[in-house]
Amino acid sequence: MKMNGARILLECLKKEGVDTIFGYPGGTVINIYDELFSFKDIRHILPRHEQAGTHAADGYARATGRVGVCLATSGPGATNTVTGIATAYMDSIPMVIITGQVPTPLIGNDAFQEVDIIGITRPCTKHSFLVRDVKDLAMIMKKAFYIARSGRPGPVLVDFPKDVQIAQAEFSYPETVEIRSYKPTLGGHPRQVEKAMALMLEAHRPVMYVGGGAVLGNASDELTQLARMLTIPVTTTLMGLGSFPENDPNSLGMLGMHGAYCANMAMTNADLIVAIGARFDDRVTGKLTTFAPHAKIIHVDVDPTSIKKNVRVDLPIVGDVKDVLSKMIKQADKLSDKVAEFKAALAPWHSDISGWKEKHPIGYKESSTIIKPQFVIQKLRELSDADAIISTDVGQHQMWTAQFFQFNKPRTLLTSGGLGTMGFGLPAAMGAQAAYPGRQVITICGDGGVQMNIQEMATLVQNKLPVKIVILNNNFLGMVRQWQELFFDKRYSSTCMELPIDFVKLAEAYGAKGFSSSKPSDVEKIIKQGFKEQGPVIMEFKIAREEKVLPMVPAGAALNEMVLNA
Amino acid sequence: MQHTISVLVENEFGVLSRVSSLFSGRGFNIDSLTVAPTNEEGMSRMTIVTRGDEKILEQITKQLNKLIDIIKVIDFTDGSGIERELALIKVTAEDESRAEVLRIVDIFRAKIIDVTPKSYTIEATGNPVKIDAILDLLRPLGLKELVRTGAVAIGRGAKGWKG
Repeated sequence: MKMNGARILLECLKKEGVDTIFGYPGGTVINIYDELFSFKDIRHILPRHEQAGTHAADGYARATGRVGVCLATSGPGATNTVTGIATAYMDSIPMVIITGQVPTPLIGNDAFQEVDIIGITRPCTKHSFLVRDVKDLAMIMKKAFYIARSGRPGPVLVDFPKDVQIAQAEFSYPETVEIRSYKPTLGGHPRQVEKAMALMLEAHRPVMYVGGGAVLGNASDELTQLARMLTIPVTTTLMGLGSFPENDPNSLGMLGMHGAYCANMAMTNADLIVAIGARFDDRVTGKLTTFAPHAKIIHVDVDPTSIKKNVRVDLPIVGDVKDVLSKMIKQADKLSDKVAEFKAALAPWHSDISGWKEKHPIGYKESSTIIKPQFVIQKLRELSDADAIISTDVGQHQMWTAQFFQFNKPRTLLTSGGLGTMGFGLPAAMGAQAAYPGRQVITICGDGGVQMNIQEMATLVQNKLPVKIVILNNNFLGMVRQWQELFFDKRYSSTCMELPIDFVKLAEAYGAKGFSSSKPSDVEKIIKQGFKEQGPVIMEFKIAREEKVLPMVPAGAALNEMVLNA
Repeated sequence: MQHTISVLVENEFGVLSRVSSLFSGRGFNIDSLTVAPTNEEGMSRMTIVTRGDEKILEQITKQLNKLIDIIKVIDFTDGSGIERELALIKVTAEDESRAEVLRIVDIFRAKIIDVTPKSYTIEATGNPVKIDAILDLLRPLGLKELVRTGAVAIGRGAKGWKG
């Protein structure tokens, strides 16, 4: 059947199993909106800003593992998506971004609302397409979804000129897709896996260092099984939190700049590091020349460019982490005698680790007069559902959440790790809640970041998305203030948010509920009340203003040179 | 160290800018870059001359391979390839230097492709080292203008790039 390009686009989305898109109308997408008006198979959510729509699609993707989809008009609509796209790119989130474009004869003429969005987003997309002929549209969409979700996932942008949306073509969706220049290596090489297992069983002080790849690759079960089989301690990056249960005795928690003392000490003293879906980011390694000086490194990653980019690697394995870990488990099964021997020899290493855990556990000084942010996070953990989804913004509250919430399930923490995008938390929670209307979705924010996309309160209320918004308010851009305190003689240049915001009234202005307190004794009561509400809620806690995130590895210092108290 | 890399690409919209922005975005150097279609429909071939140590070259190769439109990356650094470059050189040629220019052209098996009473325009081909050598000899005589194509490279032996 012949249909116009706009309709073909929607049919393609339906074929890809897309049930929800986040989009904002405008001149060059009006034909798509006209088709959406009567298209019942896709739920369209209207954010109040295209950046938030992009983050919402990202949050949807992180929570579900499916491809998130958003739609924006040309020009400013398209440029507003850029921060969202870069955020998704840095964290390898599968997304398809559809932007309207001026009609093809006008491209390059500086037409009204024209921008070269493919050019602008080239460094922060996995790939992009300009649809020049409506006959190519179905294949382009098929490729876009395939590229977004396969290999190392990432955002793919489809730029869709208005005249092509109007043009007619026969619609048939391709069953399969074959791109001769794109064939990600998924199966880990069996010989490399055997070698890796041999190296692992020779080690006396091994650590598994796990990143976001284990979450994206749905490899939590295999990871947990292997770590428990071999009793190897596991530390995760911020992005890896949830891939390995933090309540497991083998868990060291998060490593890196604000990681646990035991995790950083284990990395520094290890004789073998097994990196799984992690990329040795500077926030994880600290000073490279002193990073893991005694360790051999096995690096498992689906993206060959991650391997040997920052650190030397003794044994690379390119492949899907789930596949490689399954093969490792099979190999360990075959070597059960050796495994038993290996485990017995780990006793001194486990005792070193317990010693570090006891010496400097993650902690804080409690107070009965002023709300400590860490206390709020612990209460949230205690009072929230076991499968609650938590999103964060970026800064101190993000690190306190990572340190104190304790994540035991994958895809329960949605956070901007790579790009570090303030304003991410609220719209990402919106996307997760749209995907899981029945689950508890909580966003933990600071007073700075939450105001970067606060307009999405309207979207939450309008779409009955009952996101619980927790604001840890210190009237500071806290993380920068912390750096100014520690490294710039307390010269708090432009980090004090001097105007106090009445967040309760703000919630009410949008038709939501708001609670606020500065008393520790109110924390539990407010959280319980907030969780009981049917709709979206703001829970503001006025916290100890100059509380710091500790421990901290100063930028450029070695991983074991942590500031523990300051 | 200098490296010559051949990159086979899908002849798609924007592929050249994807490659060049990868180099600029990651701080890799490009000494020269050429691109043109191949005998296979829809496929172009780039030859990129770049610099860096082994670690940088490994990243360049991997990052290029990661681009969706790139079919194959071939590194000719180990001497497995033959390189050629073409240069168009406009040189001052008056009085006694006219004969000297002709001698140099002859030695390098280059060609005069345009003549005026005051100048010669020379076409020279060869590997980039040979082009450098002819330029060294012509420079003292008065080089007015120079255009180089940048190197192109092909593997030695009977096999094509597909093996």
